Amino acid sequence: MGKYILKRVGYMILTLFIIATATFFLMKLMPGSPYANQAKMTTEQINIMNHQYGLDKPTFQQYLIYLGGLLHGDLGTSFQFNNQPVSYLIASRIGPSMQIGLQAIILGTLLGILLGAIAAIRKNSWVDTVATFFAIIGRSIPNFVFAVLLQFFLAFKLHLFPIALWEGFTSSILPTIALAMAPLATTARFMRTEMVDVLNSDYIELARAKGNTPWQTVAKHALRNSLIPVVTIIGPMAVDLMVGSMVVENIFSIPGIGDQFVKSITTNDYSTIMGLTMLYSTMLVVVILIVDILYGLIDPRIRLSGSEGSQS
Amino acid sequence: MEKILDVKNLQINFATFAGQVQAIRDVSFHLNKGETLAIVGESGSGKSVTVRSIMGLLANNAHIVGGEIDFKDQDILSMTDRQIENLRGNDISMIFQDPMTSLDPTMPIGKQVAEPLLIHGQMNKAAAMARAEEVLELVGITNAKNRMKDYPHQFSGGQRQRVVIAMAIVNYPEILIADEPTTALDVTIQAQIIDLMKDLQRKIDTSIIFITHDLGVVAGIADRVAVMYAGKIVEYGTVDEIFYDPKHPYTWGLLNSMPTLDTHSEKLYAIPGTPPNLLDPPDGDAFAPRNPYALAIDHEAMPPFFKVTNTHYAATWLLHPDAPSIEPPAAIQQRQQLYRDLIASGQIGTFPQKETDKNVSN
Repeated sequence: MGKYILKRVGYMILTLFIIATATFFLMKLMPGSPYANQAKMTTEQINIMNHQYGLDKPTFQQYLIYLGGLLHGDLGTSFQFNNQPVSYLIASRIGPSMQIGLQAIILGTLLGILLGAIAAIRKNSWVDTVATFFAIIGRSIPNFVFAVLLQFFLAFKLHLFPIALWEGFTSSILPTIALAMAPLATTARFMRTEMVDVLNSDYIELARAKGNTPWQTVAKHALRNSLIPVVTIIGPMAVDLMVGSMVVENIFSIPGIGDQFVKSITTNDYSTIMGLTMLYSTMLVVVILIVDILYGLIDPRIRLSGSEGSQS
Repeated sequence: MEKILDVKNLQINFATFAGQVQAIRDVSFHLNKGETLAIVGESGSGKSVTVRSIMGLLANNAHIVGGEIDFKDQDILSMTDRQIENLRGNDISMIFQDPMTSLDPTMPIGKQVAEPLLIHGQMNKAAAMARAEEVLELVGITNAKNRMKDYPHQFSGGQRQRVVIAMAIVNYPEILIADEPTTALDVTIQAQIIDLMKDLQRKIDTSIIFITHDLGVVAGIADRVAVMYAGKIVEYGTVDEIFYDPKHPYTWGLLNSMPTLDTHSEKLYAIPGTPPNLLDPPDGDAFAPRNPYALAIDHEAMPPFFKVTNTHYAATWLLHPDAPSIEPPAAIQQRQQLYRDLIASGQIGTFPQKETDKNVSN
């Protein structure tokens, strides 16, 4: 297992290097400069700025300098956000995004698994229909609509939760629910399909033949086997959420990171774009690794072929 | 002999979009203590449905129209879910057809084998695991101690079927139902599994219902045989009676389509036609349209069971006293001749009360 993880980490670093390179050169191809939308500056001023930030050097040299900095964990300084180091920008704003993202993914997948499982067990009953209905709603209505609705009814009308801003856990509840709808719906649909398949399999019939009650059968045999494919989709969903939904953060005035990403792109804030891209990519590859390890824990067939090879 | 299971007039329908499929049409049979009863028939004849009804494992769209299944004088069909669950894996257990799909891929086999013991609460976990290991040894998993934690994918097909059998016998059930347990295995492994089951039957003293479409397998394991066709039993008797002195034309057809060492013809015999649609079963003998020996009455009225011996009954009008005498196919006549020779030489003769051989006499 240790060797397997080490190998995977090696691949991760390679992946990140390729992403860094690709992003760097693609970004350089974007028209405009970091100063284009600032107050009028003379050519001389721009030249001074370019020199100061090293933007007058050849592109390839800039790339090497950037990679060098990256190796030391230096993401450079932002052109836009008061010359703050990018790493500080990220550190100060990632917290809220991560928190609501994480809460949303946990809430969404757990409820989704539960809902999907119940729908599968009570297939074609009214429970199944209701679950399907919610899944379609959750999938087809964008999260910002939920955000606005929740904000209006639960916060503005009923005063159950704070309307906006970031003041502790209670502020995170509504954005979490809004963000959780999509993963909940996706997981529920996936889980239902899988579980229906699993419940039709021979080993479930055999489990029943052993004298398990229907619920024991689900708990001991069906759940784990249905989870195998579900785990795969949790990875990408988790990253999506953790980096924050810009619109939802905006609606609730949460000082998160999503909003910053958009701004940095529209203003050609090179180092911030690079920094955030690297952050997202790192999170993605780490989550994928975690999912693969989880996958192995749930499914013994993968665990064995992944490490020491299996006896057939 | 003590009857351990008595199925009486079982009728099961399946609700489909096209209507009610009459899958089981008035089936009665019994299982004696310690014996092996084989139920044979082609796909769709209702063998599996019959045994699944004994386990209470019928699909949701099946409903039992009538009948009784008495296990030790208690009707399984009128039991609560809870009572049937207590029976399953405890008094009655089942071996499934395909060992590649009947084991949970995510659970170590030791735990899977011990599961029935834990469900029925006879022992604690450690004792259950110890028993599981013992039983795995018993079914021929070598080095069982070290393989308890292995997963199904680490075993071959034959070994997996041994594991499935271990699960079924771990509680020393009184009735073991084997639903085509050798069909998914290759021939050499089939023989091993049959030997294992015979061996286990002696060791744990259980009664077996063995379902198969393979008459060759039946000869090796069964004491008695019931032949099913289109949701009905058409003939039953001891294994010798069915193999050497069959009376129903369908049984003749089945035996003829089984190649033997004496088979010289180039083409293997196949029964012509297809089974009837059970959405609307025929009034008479369901086999009549495919039966070259069918009488006019076969198309009109369902034949009752005619007694051949005390143990041998067949539902065909050919056995009626007024029926014209018919010569069975040559291969069947050979079998009957062989049978008479064997009885005459005293090699078979456990059932002296052989009665009217009227239809065979020619």
